[in-house]
Amino acid sequence: MRVRIAPPWWFAVPAILVYAVVVLYPSIAGAGSAFTDWSGIGNAKTFVGIDNFKQLAHDSQALGALRNTLLLTVAIVVVQNGIGLLLALGVHTGIKSRMALRLVFFAPVVVSPVMVSFLWKFVYNPAPDAGLNAALGAVGLGGLRQDWLGNPSLALWSVAFTVIWQCAGYSMVIFLAGLEGVPAELHESAMVDGAGTVARFRYITWPLLAPAVTINVMLSTVGGLTLFTQIIAMTNGGPGYATDTLSTVLYKQAFVFGKFGYSTAVALVLAIFVAAVSFLQIGYLRSRETAA
Amino acid sequence: MKYRPRTFLLELVMIAVAIGFLFPVYVLVTLAFKDPQQIANRPLSLPSPPSVGSFGEAWRSADLGSALLNSTLITVVSVVLLIAFGSLAAYFLARTATRLSYSLYILFLVGIILPFQLGMIPLYQLVDNAGLLGTYQGMIIFYTGIQLPFTVFLYTGFIRSLPADYTNAALIDGASHLQAFAHVIFPLLRPITGTVLILNAVQIWNDFFTPLLYLGGSGHETVPVRVFAFVNQYTSNYGLVAAGLILAALPILLLFLILQRYVIRGFASGLKG
Repeated sequence: MRVRIAPPWWFAVPAILVYAVVVLYPSIAGAGSAFTDWSGIGNAKTFVGIDNFKQLAHDSQALGALRNTLLLTVAIVVVQNGIGLLLALGVHTGIKSRMALRLVFFAPVVVSPVMVSFLWKFVYNPAPDAGLNAALGAVGLGGLRQDWLGNPSLALWSVAFTVIWQCAGYSMVIFLAGLEGVPAELHESAMVDGAGTVARFRYITWPLLAPAVTINVMLSTVGGLTLFTQIIAMTNGGPGYATDTLSTVLYKQAFVFGKFGYSTAVALVLAIFVAAVSFLQIGYLRSRETAA
Repeated sequence: MKYRPRTFLLELVMIAVAIGFLFPVYVLVTLAFKDPQQIANRPLSLPSPPSVGSFGEAWRSADLGSALLNSTLITVVSVVLLIAFGSLAAYFLARTATRLSYSLYILFLVGIILPFQLGMIPLYQLVDNAGLLGTYQGMIIFYTGIQLPFTVFLYTGFIRSLPADYTNAALIDGASHLQAFAHVIFPLLRPITGTVLILNAVQIWNDFFTPLLYLGGSGHETVPVRVFAFVNQYTSNYGLVAAGLILAALPILLLFLILQRYVIRGFASGLKG
């Protein structure tokens, strides 16, 4: 006779309590404050309807930040995963240095983004004889020297490249796990049939990598949309507002200007963006997976 | 796989890429081993003679020793709580087929995509009102809550893939539910516990935003917050800042080298939903 004993309900209680206090209650309260003029001092707040969102629609700093956030996210998703895939394909071969190279490319992932940002501030030193500029001069490309973080039309891409440098190894590792799941026999029989490297990638490897693509795209999208640390550490949103993102704007509105109600309105917009993009991506990428 | 001329060519290309990839590290290390005069004259050259004076000074002025202790304490306690609370809750969710357990599971999943910025300010007030700003406890409760959805998600997926129950025999033998879980189920979860441990530990150790808000100026700052303040204070002293960054990153890099296989496996496997 099979006795079926279900685990008791109180197993879930500690987790639910902490989750409710740290995530659920504050998120609901935050969404509610988005419709008030809360200053953050005391509990005085008046319901102002959608005034914060109206203000947001005319706030050039916030709109610029929205644009920056989307540009950063697209750049990071495309370039980080592109480089990650190339690195994975490169080290998933018979080369002797493959294990050492994996370590090198992955190592920045475990380091704090704050420290990686400061490291890259040295690289982006505007002086012509320091960092990246000095290296460009040394290889005869002195004409390409830039004020990487001080030039408003360049700073956003310099920050994006720092994120890509740090996280490409993360994408690589997830692609590698996908590549290891591709049966070698498939490649062998395709080779016997005369398929070249490109054809084998297109018709065997790429379709079987679909789950790895899903994970990588989802992770880098959420990372890009909520980017904060690298901005604060490298440019603090500047020059001007050239590198402000939704996260830095809502942080400054709350803790610099004391406009907590407005700040949570920006946060609500960010949350809706993240949720909408996540659902769209899950739907699209999962359908690709089943098609493959 | 045969080692052909093409493989050799690929090997050279990949090594060249790795050297380019490491250029920022070269910049950092050469700065750290130079005195201010050398930095002013030839910022990118190799240090000659190398000077190590910056390291001692950086260690003291950034007060990295105590920051490492703060980070270690907060990370270890948070991860232990996450493993305990997460595995227990997931076991209930995975092994109970009621509408309640399904709704709870969905509720936890929502937390994965909910950006923490939405609740950031009400939570800050809550922590402030509870007198927990600037304390270890405040940070530990925060990390336990914020990382729980992901932890529950990983454990639930893993438990569902396990064959049916082993606890019944233990329960019939008179063990309590908690004993049965601790002695029969928990050991079976070791692979996913490793993943949970590594992903949460790296995330918590490197986190910056919340400890900046909660711990700034308290004396209980974690490594990233201490480094942030240190760099902003000595911003023009490149050698000192570079040495501080190296010292602050070294512990986690060493740990990564020692546990490399587990860390890479954790990152690669943890996200297969």
